[in-house]
Amino acid sequence: MNGALRNVVYFLIMAGLIVAVGQMQSWNVALSIVNLCLISSIMALGVNIQWGYAGLFNVGVMGFAALGGMAAMLISMPPVKEAWAVAGGGTAIGLLIFVSTAVAAVLVYRKLPKGTLRTTIVMAIVILGYVLLRIFFDPTTNTIEKVNPAASGYLGGFGLPILLSWPVGGLLAGAVAWVVGKITLGLRSDYLAIATLGISEIIVAVLKHEDWLTRGVKNVNGLPRPVPYEINLQKAEWFLSLCERLGVDHVTFSSIFVKLCYSLLFLTVLLLILWLSERALRSPWGRMMRAIRDNEVSANAMGKNITARHLQVFVLGSVVVGIAGAMLTTLDGQLTPSSYQPLRFTFLIWVMVIVGGSGNNWGAVLGGFVIWFFWIEAEPMGIWLMNFITSGMAIDNPLRLHLIESAAHMRLMTMGLILLLALRFSPRGLIPERTQQK
Amino acid sequence: MSDPLNAAALLANFVVVPAVAYGSQLALGALGVTLIYGILRFSNFAHGDTMAFGTMFTILFTWWFQSMGISLGPLPTALLALPFAIASCAIFVLLSDRLVYRFYRQQRADPVIFVIASVGVMFVMNGVVRFIIGPDDQNFNDGERFIIKAREFKQMTGLAEGISIKVSQGITVVTMIIVVAALFWFLNKTRTGKSMRAYSDNEDLALLSGINPDRVVMVTWILAAALATIAGTLYGLDKSFKPFTYFQLLLPIFAAAIVGGLGNPLGAIAGGFVIAFSEITVTYAYKKFANYIVPGDWKADGLMQLLSTNYKFAVSFLILLLVLLFRPTGIFKGKSV
Repeated sequence: MNGALRNVVYFLIMAGLIVAVGQMQSWNVALSIVNLCLISSIMALGVNIQWGYAGLFNVGVMGFAALGGMAAMLISMPPVKEAWAVAGGGTAIGLLIFVSTAVAAVLVYRKLPKGTLRTTIVMAIVILGYVLLRIFFDPTTNTIEKVNPAASGYLGGFGLPILLSWPVGGLLAGAVAWVVGKITLGLRSDYLAIATLGISEIIVAVLKHEDWLTRGVKNVNGLPRPVPYEINLQKAEWFLSLCERLGVDHVTFSSIFVKLCYSLLFLTVLLLILWLSERALRSPWGRMMRAIRDNEVSANAMGKNITARHLQVFVLGSVVVGIAGAMLTTLDGQLTPSSYQPLRFTFLIWVMVIVGGSGNNWGAVLGGFVIWFFWIEAEPMGIWLMNFITSGMAIDNPLRLHLIESAAHMRLMTMGLILLLALRFSPRGLIPERTQQK
Repeated sequence: MSDPLNAAALLANFVVVPAVAYGSQLALGALGVTLIYGILRFSNFAHGDTMAFGTMFTILFTWWFQSMGISLGPLPTALLALPFAIASCAIFVLLSDRLVYRFYRQQRADPVIFVIASVGVMFVMNGVVRFIIGPDDQNFNDGERFIIKAREFKQMTGLAEGISIKVSQGITVVTMIIVVAALFWFLNKTRTGKSMRAYSDNEDLALLSGINPDRVVMVTWILAAALATIAGTLYGLDKSFKPFTYFQLLLPIFAAAIVGGLGNPLGAIAGGFVIAFSEITVTYAYKKFANYIVPGDWKADGLMQLLSTNYKFAVSFLILLLVLLFRPTGIFKGKSV
């Protein structure tokens, strides 16, 4: 069986599994799995750009996804007029301080020659900006948070279409990635890993604790949707007649229809990014990236600027992750900062890329589907397994109760084991990287 | 009115004492990271969870001893459980080396592959810990609570501010000094320790002089497991044991090891204290302190806190960035492979 046929078979098996869920559980469940599979695939594509193309180990996928999520909320929610009325001036001053600090820092960075002096001055500007921000902006945040805290207590967003937030989320993630990359790339590879771990924790902490911006752990619910609402569909003439023609129940079909709309949107983005990634990988740029990854010394000798290319690819990958993060929040319809867990958002994506095939975009997509599918289905399987193992014990046996209660933690171990086994026995993944030119 | 004595007592109680204890715990953790880095040449992401793993054994043995009625009187029973926990943790860590890392060592794989493998190990360990002891808080500190109570200190000195020192803080510092002294004695005086340093400095030369690499690696893992278990147990006694907190300790520990220079044991200790003191001084609310120190009737409005405690790990991150910007090899020169 040649490679291309094998890959098609993999995707067909995956489709078969989803159809099986559709038939055995319900089509609603199957479609919600598909939607998350699509988003996971995009995140995996982003990580694959960083790891597969360039060998960069990003442990902060969670943070970049969270930035995308924040963008989705900020773009789509309507502004809270009462909060702006009492705190508009303070916010403007805060923004002014923030922007002028950033501009001053960038100007100094551009104008002065590289060296300790420049770094010191930039640091001093940033610290001064922080102090000013604390002095002038802190009272404003308190005012904002006091405005109707049960329902709003934050500034709200821009009230723009939520689809706009997808590119914005990508840009936001890319900007943060640029700063992190600028500092850590060019040093040894572990530093990037440790720094990304740190920045992602900080981003999520900001989301959790800056109530004036994101409402913190109170969550922002009811983000506007890019697709119709079920309740409106059930009243629409054309939808009812469509249901009649198909012979289906209009309540069930309305939620399936909404999920299908999402799938279509996500699929479009996935295909677009996949197409761009494939084009990039086959271009001279892609070959250069692979050359740098496989032998930095000789690529450097050929005159390639390794640090600059690494920075470029790190930013690009983070942009893709940010887009996926915004899409996920759009699908959820709410921003829940406490849902950002490193296991779910960083390491799961890594397992996807490594199992799927690092360096191969189709592999990353397949990995996204396969791993997400098993991630969702692992819980019922784990509980079933535990029930089976303990079926011989008495119903109130403490060991049995403990085992069943702990079944949820099996996910961690399973994901760790899958990662280790894939890395050891199939390091090239399900769909290996193509290295030969045809 | 100005009252420097009370201000100093206040600062000692809320900044110096906790920072010394926390710094000792970080230093022990960073020593483990730095040893692994020096000998095996990768950043071990599983170290935080190795700490949780070892501490879990300490807790289990403590419970067992408590159920048999064994205790150390005023000292926590955990100290008695510690050697058994170290042994159990070392066995598991050696097993993980045998099953995971050894293969990549023979392949001479890239350091980044080791890092990814260590992430896998981290998950398995984390899963095992949550599976056995659960994700919740466990408090296993028994025995006396305080060496000096704030009230006694006030009576002794007549100051308005008291200084209290917890038993766990005292134990932390004493243990740290003993462990560090023993470790340095081992690295500098014994044959095995010297061969480890030789292996760390120049692997090829060490191999040529007949040093057995398997033995060096084995001793390194045992030392790392011991350091992780001790650090984790001390942290757990001082605060409380929660698996997720130990995962989050990874960042300050790495920052400490890098600030001191990865691969440099002395640097790891210094780095631990740098991180601990910065974290606590930056997140401490200086309101009361300012009221003591500033003369006149001026009262501070607001907490006068530089950074909210919610962002305490941002401090380690910022220090990490500063070090990477100015001195990528750390304060004490470490390796930069």
